[in-house]
Amino acid sequence: MREISLTKIPIGERAIVRELLTIGSTRRRLQDIGLIVGTEVECLYKSPPGDPTAYLIRGAVIALRIEDAEQIMVESCEAHAV
Amino acid sequence: MPFNEYLVMLAGNPNVGKSTIFNNLTGLKQHTGNWAGKTVAVAQGSYVFNDIKYIITDVPGSYSLTARSAEEETARDFICFGGARAVLVVSDATCLERNLNLTLQIMEITPNVILVVNLMDEAEKKSIRLDLENLSDLLGIPVVASKASADVGTGDIMEAVEKICVEGNHRKTFTVRYPESLEHAVTRVETRLYELHKGELPWNRRWAALKLLVCETRISSRIINYLSERFDTADLTATAEACRRNLPKNTLEDGVVVSLVKAAEEICVSVVSSRKSDVITQERRIDRILTGKWTGAPIMLILLAFVLWLTISGANYPSRLLGDLLLELETPLNAVFVWLPERVRVLLIDGGYRVMAWVVSVMLPPMAIFFPLFTLLEDLGYLPRVAFNLDHYFKKCAACGKQALTVCMGFGCNAAAVTGCRIIDSPRERLIAIITNSFVPCNGRFPTIIAIIAMFFTSSSLTGSILGVILMTGLIMFSITLSFAASRLLSSTILKGYPSSFTLELPPFRKPRIGQVIVRSILDRTLYVLGRAVVVAIPAGIIISVLANITISGQSLLSVCSNALDPFARLIGLDGVILLSFILGSPANEIVVPIMTMAYLAESRIMEVESIFHLRDLFVSHGWTWVTALCVMVFSLMHWPCSTTCLTISKETGGNKWMLAAFIIPTVFGTLSCFLIASTVRLFSLI
Repeated sequence: MREISLTKIPIGERAIVRELLTIGSTRRRLQDIGLIVGTEVECLYKSPPGDPTAYLIRGAVIALRIEDAEQIMVESCEAHAV
Repeated sequence: MPFNEYLVMLAGNPNVGKSTIFNNLTGLKQHTGNWAGKTVAVAQGSYVFNDIKYIITDVPGSYSLTARSAEEETARDFICFGGARAVLVVSDATCLERNLNLTLQIMEITPNVILVVNLMDEAEKKSIRLDLENLSDLLGIPVVASKASADVGTGDIMEAVEKICVEGNHRKTFTVRYPESLEHAVTRVETRLYELHKGELPWNRRWAALKLLVCETRISSRIINYLSERFDTADLTATAEACRRNLPKNTLEDGVVVSLVKAAEEICVSVVSSRKSDVITQERRIDRILTGKWTGAPIMLILLAFVLWLTISGANYPSRLLGDLLLELETPLNAVFVWLPERVRVLLIDGGYRVMAWVVSVMLPPMAIFFPLFTLLEDLGYLPRVAFNLDHYFKKCAACGKQALTVCMGFGCNAAAVTGCRIIDSPRERLIAIITNSFVPCNGRFPTIIAIIAMFFTSSSLTGSILGVILMTGLIMFSITLSFAASRLLSSTILKGYPSSFTLELPPFRKPRIGQVIVRSILDRTLYVLGRAVVVAIPAGIIISVLANITISGQSLLSVCSNALDPFARLIGLDGVILLSFILGSPANEIVVPIMTMAYLAESRIMEVESIFHLRDLFVSHGWTWVTALCVMVFSLMHWPCSTTCLTISKETGGNKWMLAAFIIPTVFGTLSCFLIASTVRLFSLI
């Protein structure tokens, strides 16, 4: 299955995290909120200027900036169904 | 009778109701709010239960103990080295899985953990069911259900804390298993530690071994410091070093965190069951409107204007009433103090009392309206949405979106907001937020601006009050725009850098308890701020009276000072008295207008009592025009921060360097803006 960055997931769709490309403290911060390989993420909505975007991560709504979301490689769940 | 004392830490993720539980336990009144990072400083309180005293330390909320931000570091240090007998972990029932991450980390340090699952009522509403007995069995620690906002479960918490503190936890607690290679290394270091030191440690030996292995600089060196007081640690560090080198790449970085998250996930599978919930769907719908492309910004503006309108129009009448009342008291006061020498009486009553009366009557009504409204929005959970909407613009300034939260706090008090900047992880972005915070009018300047708008720009008619609101909203937008400009300026000059990564939690909406909000915000905030203002206002009033009464070659000291400032002040649309009032008002901005009034009154020697509340006439008779009023408002928005804020800044940034920047930048912005306004008006002869 093709890995794409989290920013490519449209609003209302879900995806599974496959890889974190960040290193250091950003990586740790993402992992601390539960973003590890295998975590399901749902894209909820964008802020008025289009960035950041709110995601549903393990029951919590967390906003991520585009720069950080780009570093999160995911596999779309919708594509799975097809 | 033996009287024991136990130290208990209160820990938990941000925004899970820790402060509410703290208040319920200790009976203290720490303010709570629905956003992550409300508790930035460590609060302490105590209670007595069955003849035993428990000292509760409320540490800032954090997601993890591998902390990166200043506040998370505080939390971690307290839990690891605070010497607590037990740790009370508060978690959110609607989001247990993520909360367990921190719980499991704390359980690695000590078995004496009590887990409070708070917000059970919210979970019920969202059709989330929790099997807490099973959770307690799996973890091997006591688990208590709580609905802190309704004070349900407080007694159970006290009982559980007592049991753990007195007896200790002898159950077998859950241990997170790490990848095999890591487990192997941990065991080796742990064994070595045991061989070298068989005595008791303040933490689990396994945890100490793990931390020595991971080698997080700060925490590892503190452990080593502790151990080296007991034995020679050279051999131990060598073992840890050797084990670390043998580990496959990335095992340490990822292995620990991933194992924790997975363990939490597994536990939750057998503890949590949830059904699809209408409440959640509803919440998402509201969020989409509040943060919508076409609705987000207008809603923010309308809410701001609405709050201001309620404040301005609602405060008008009570202000006048209160002012008249306090003034009428002056005659009986004079009668009571008739035995005092004339000069002293003038000083106390015409000076001290009058300024105080002004401060109370002008400040109390707007604060009593504004604070509860603001607190309602805060408790509801709207502020993080504001941060979400504005983050993009903060990023453009290479700043942090959480700066929006500290900006909002600034409306209350700049000094408190400066401390609040600890929620920002990156030191560079935190400095930007600190330095630019005083651009937002705090409640000390807010009433000043409202009073001037009421005097010069509005009438009692509806259109008049709408005009006032538009002006006030405009001024706030103006100050926020300039704080963006200042942030931008800072991050392209002395605080160069790129925006760092950040995660912002948008908490679920919570219904504020309106009655409590009103009581709390009036009692805690309004009266506190007012009390401080009065304490400053009385001596300031006396000093002004003294200055006005000491004469040098026929001129009062007051006019000597104001005359010296006058030429420069005129250049920026003010006058000498106004500038002097801003300087003398540095201890607290709320006394700027009272000082101004006193100074004008002293100068013109008009001492009729009524005129003090007909300020407009007084000001106009001293040459005020709408331009002066506008410049005073702009200067009030942007000048040096009050002395409390300055002190807080040097404390928070560890030196005077950044305090100086925070002093100069708004002053320059304000002076330039006023100069531009005054020059434009002069150029086009608008008056």
